[in-house]
Amino acid sequence: MSEVSRVLHEPWPSVERQKLAVTFGMWVFIASEVLFFGGLFLAYTIYRHLDAEAFKAAARETEVVYGATNTAVLLTSSLTMAMAVKASQEGLRRMTLWCLTATVALGVAFLVIKGFEYHSDLEKGLWPGPGFPLHPAATQLFWAFYWIATGIHAVHLTVGIGIVLVVTLELKRGALPVEATRFDGVALYWHLVDTIWIFLLPMVYLIGRS
Amino acid sequence: MSDAALIYVRHRDKEESYLQHGHTLWSWITTTDHKRIGILYALSITFFFFIGGLAIGAVRLELMFPHGEFLSDDAYNRLFTLHGIVMVWFFLVPSIPTTLGNFLLPMMIGARDVAFPRLNLVSWYIFIVGACFAIFSIVAGGVDTGWTFYTPLSTMFSNGAVISAAAGVFIVGFSSIATGVNFITTVHLLRAPGMTWFRLPLFVWSIYATSLVMVLATPVLAMSLLLVIAERWLGMPIFNPANGGDPILFQHLFWFYSHPAVYIMVLPAMGVVSEVFACFARRRVFGYSMMVYAMMAIAVIGFFVWGHHMFVSGQSQYANFVFSFLSFMVAVPSAIKVFNWTATLYRGQITFEAPLIYSLGFLGLFTVGGLTGLFLASVPIDVHVTDTYFVVAHFHYIMVGGSVSAFFAGLHFWWPKVTGRLYSEAWARFAAIVMFLGFNTTFMPQFIMGYGGMPRRYHVYPPEFQIWHVMSSVGAVVLFVAYTLPLIYLTWSLFYGKKAGANPWEATGLEWQTASPPPKDNFKTLPRVKAPPYRYHPDREAPDAENREPETMQGDMT
Amino acid sequence: MTGAYPLQASVYAGEWDRLFAVLTVASALVVALVFIAIVGFSIRYRRGSRAPRGFLPEIITNELELGWTAATAIAFLFLFWWAAVQQLQNVVPPANAIELHVVAKQWMWKVQQPNGVREINELHAPVGRPVRLIMTSQDVIHSMFLPALRLKQDVLPGRYTYLSFTADKPGVYHLLCAELCGSEHSRMTGRLVLMTAADYARWSAAQPGAENLAAEGEKLFRSFGCSGCHASQSSVHAPDLNGIFGRKVQLAGGRTVIADEAYLRDSILLPQKDVVAGFDPIMPSFKGTVSDDDMVKLIAYLKSLSAETRP
Ligand code: HEA
Ligand code: HEA
Ligand code: HEC
Ligand code: CUA
Ligand SMILES: [Cu+2]
Repeated sequence: MSEVSRVLHEPWPSVERQKLAVTFGMWVFIASEVLFFGGLFLAYTIYRHLDAEAFKAAARETEVVYGATNTAVLLTSSLTMAMAVKASQEGLRRMTLWCLTATVALGVAFLVIKGFEYHSDLEKGLWPGPGFPLHPAATQLFWAFYWIATGIHAVHLTVGIGIVLVVTLELKRGALPVEATRFDGVALYWHLVDTIWIFLLPMVYLIGRS
Repeated sequence: MSDAALIYVRHRDKEESYLQHGHTLWSWITTTDHKRIGILYALSITFFFFIGGLAIGAVRLELMFPHGEFLSDDAYNRLFTLHGIVMVWFFLVPSIPTTLGNFLLPMMIGARDVAFPRLNLVSWYIFIVGACFAIFSIVAGGVDTGWTFYTPLSTMFSNGAVISAAAGVFIVGFSSIATGVNFITTVHLLRAPGMTWFRLPLFVWSIYATSLVMVLATPVLAMSLLLVIAERWLGMPIFNPANGGDPILFQHLFWFYSHPAVYIMVLPAMGVVSEVFACFARRRVFGYSMMVYAMMAIAVIGFFVWGHHMFVSGQSQYANFVFSFLSFMVAVPSAIKVFNWTATLYRGQITFEAPLIYSLGFLGLFTVGGLTGLFLASVPIDVHVTDTYFVVAHFHYIMVGGSVSAFFAGLHFWWPKVTGRLYSEAWARFAAIVMFLGFNTTFMPQFIMGYGGMPRRYHVYPPEFQIWHVMSSVGAVVLFVAYTLPLIYLTWSLFYGKKAGANPWEATGLEWQTASPPPKDNFKTLPRVKAPPYRYHPDREAPDAENREPETMQGDMT
Repeated sequence: MTGAYPLQASVYAGEWDRLFAVLTVASALVVALVFIAIVGFSIRYRRGSRAPRGFLPEIITNELELGWTAATAIAFLFLFWWAAVQQLQNVVPPANAIELHVVAKQWMWKVQQPNGVREINELHAPVGRPVRLIMTSQDVIHSMFLPALRLKQDVLPGRYTYLSFTADKPGVYHLLCAELCGSEHSRMTGRLVLMTAADYARWSAAQPGAENLAAEGEKLFRSFGCSGCHASQSSVHAPDLNGIFGRKVQLAGGRTVIADEAYLRDSILLPQKDVVAGFDPIMPSFKGTVSDDDMVKLIAYLKSLSAETRP
């Protein structure tokens, strides 16, 4: 009972409904996110259609090794996140904690690797603008897309890491019971971030090499 | 159930209203009470309405003379851009949903609050942050791209503070999305027992439809502005033709949001007037279910007509025809609504309180605005009148004559509920009529000069148009008076107004079945809904207003 | 520039006004309908009036609903069809039109007559003959607005857009920029001067700087070294440009395009974009070297090549 009163808050009659609301709301937000990236992907598709050769050429310059590693890392993080949710449902406190920590760690790893990748891209001077190494000019469009898309994704991931961290700490402090209502929402968001990356992978790394 | 009981325990014996529940400023800016948040929003948007109004005041003054007497070219561009940006994103888009919507949605469905009270407060803070960016960009010299931010002007050639302005709009967008998510979840999961979908008041339906559009359209605007910022700030050549970029792509992205956005601006208005017509005609809204479908149809089809803003942009003729056709189709549901409102008056017991007068104003002006929308939707007509004052008149008829009038209708209708006071009916009616007259004097001439070929965004213009501009400016002064009046008598009513009972209009909605102003938790006990909305007695032959059979309230509070 | 409202300078303008009138009347009827209903009901059913009240039978309501839904739908379809038909007449540009090149820049209109005469913020054209404007912009988006002809077309950077008309009333009319293009947008205006064929001929002959665009283009074609590759005797394997204009071109990658101004422009500025089938993409880009004015001449020259013998 006391547990419940700690979790339950305005205006909900029961914890179940409250949990449901979090997931439901997150799904609605995901729909919104889909259109957010939808706009970007649309632009990408149109430009690629306009000048396929240039896009292929430009995409060949991307660091597929980093890309692949990061994909692996992120997918694993999704796994650990899923496990965390399951564990929490089973009420396994320590297990949940471990999985969450792993998720955060993997997320950070991704960002670090991304950092290295960005560095080597910049080494090659692949930042659009005057004196851009590649030709024709349309290759700059690809790289503009590269920086923006991966950048936005990185921001999303950082936010994700942030909220997972908060939940973890609350859990650690015991401020938040295991069956905390926020869990499923956080997990959903994390999976969203991964899914976006799964879309980016071919658009950024693979088209140049097919 | 046990938890539910617990909630009730927590809410037992709280007699004091949401206003008395804490008086400090702190208690206001940290509140998660949807009613107080509604009021926070109300204050914010009134401020912006004023800013936008002042800007356009200067514009109207300048336009009385054809040779650009007072303002420099840049100053002029900055003023109408400021006006457009502020009025759309910082006034009209949030206006009804975040104020009346926030205040009433939970009450109308019989809930204690929205689904995510904290998120609700956060979204207000996001709004404020966005507002700060916008204000900064004004202080930093303003923006001269028009509210449409067309590339490459905005990305490569503008000498205004484009980035901060775009950032401001971008941020406010997230406030919209948060609100949308919140309302959608609320309507889905917090309806009181017995409140089935088809017992929802039309205002709730309208807010629901609006929220859907907000959630699905706003992100696209966010992305397109992000791309503009990326190009202008980081030099990413996205819309730059020199690098194979395509400036037209921006227009597609922008209008993919901004056309649905116009329905964000009108659907809530439709919801408001539906409530008002039913209440003051003492009849159930004509064709309730049809009204619901119509709103949904508008929300959906509205996503597929954006191209009608680009008939002369050089897009293919075939695209033009498709978009033209769809634009005509999106008009059909609006037509249905117009006729249904009219038919609601039929066999009513009509009394002409201020809210109804404002709503009648909405009805007339929306119809005119909408019909001129059809002119614009037909390609050949649009070719001549696009980017002329004809378009300006079109959207003011709908947004100002329509939505703003409806906003005032709602404001007056629910004012007693929000504040517990009655305003001076006489003044309110007077203001409503002045507003209607002032409006037409301002914008009717703009149709004529638009037809004559007076381009918009011009402050140096062919002298033959001066006469119309002078008329329009005079009208704007009247309009200013009409907008300032309510500010005065409503404020006055706060202190000296008569106490309003729980249900001054004898309306049937749940929000009228609790004290006004309502207690912090809206209802002492959560209502069970036993009837569809608008069960106003349809008088049989007994015409005298006194011995009417009483209306059926929606809720059962025991 | 008298106030007569609004001036008409072409048959099409007349048709346009008719369409506008029809729409206005239709809308006026609708507004009247709604207005009368509102006023009528307001009076008849004001509270306390003796008029009979009571429920409407379900059937009536449903029939009404269907009725006016169908009615408006049909009305709208009709209006759409009406407008569409009007527009279709203008989709196909007229043949044998006089071609004027328009280059828009912040904040002026630069017009070039077929005979090379240049004007700024003025556009002289004969009545009674189809005229075709080939327009591009050097910076932002502008919009060519000719109210007296009820015509308007955005002018885009890096692309050609076209506007065709056949005027029939000589006179001086507005030429306006209708797309916000920066500070002096509202000053980017000029005069559309429509003259009888005879006056036009006299006028253009009298202008200084008359020159044959094609001839100018030919000079450039040599000075830029195009001929180095495209001339028949050249050793470089480059396409023969005779009759290039309007020809169907096979591109590497299987696509085919019709060689219009836009295509020629791209082939010169972004040769890599559409490589002609069977050739190596060795043609250098002339972006920056070939100005918009030069482009006008080069294209005029390439067009003139159609019938002649090889350069
Ligand atoms: C709340 C805002 C709002 C609303 C609701 C609308 C509604 C409509 N708009 Fe409007 N519009 C704007 C705001 C709005 N618009 C703005 C801001 C711009 C300019 C943006 C800019 O460039 O700055 C614009 C511009 C705009 C254009 C582009 C003009 C141009 O720039 O060239 C077009 C073109 O098709 C258009 C069409 C329509 C149509 C068909 C409707 C329809 O939804 C209208 C439907 C309603 C009716 C039709 C009336 C009721 C119907 C009847 C009574 C039925 C009986 C009628 C008959 C039987 C004939 N609008
Ligand atoms: C969305 C809402 C909205 C609203 C409400 C208005 C309101 C008004 N608009 Fe607006 N207008 C736009 C949206 C709106 N406009 C847009 C989107 C554009 C296009 C911009 C662009 O081209 O980029 C535009 C452009 C536009 C132009 C064209 C400029 C040009 O193209 O050169 C004109 C010209 O007359 C004009 C006039 C007016 C007038 C007279 C009002 C009047 O109704 C205003 C009356 C209001 C007031 C005078 C203020 C009232 C004051 C108070 C209520 C006091 C409050 C006091 C306190 C809080 C203390 N508007
Ligand atoms: C280095 C040699 C070279 C020079 C110099 C050159 N071209 Fe080309 N041009 C080519 C080749 C090779 C092609 C075919 C491959 C392609 O389309 O890129 C071509 C294609 C074209 C085409 C398209 C022809 C078709 O059949 O579609 C046009 C038009 C053209 N050139 C015009 C010009 C003009 C004008 C100039 C000078 C401003 C010029 N070229 C300079 C080599 C050259
Ligand atoms: Cu050029 Cu406006
Ligand atoms: Cu639109």
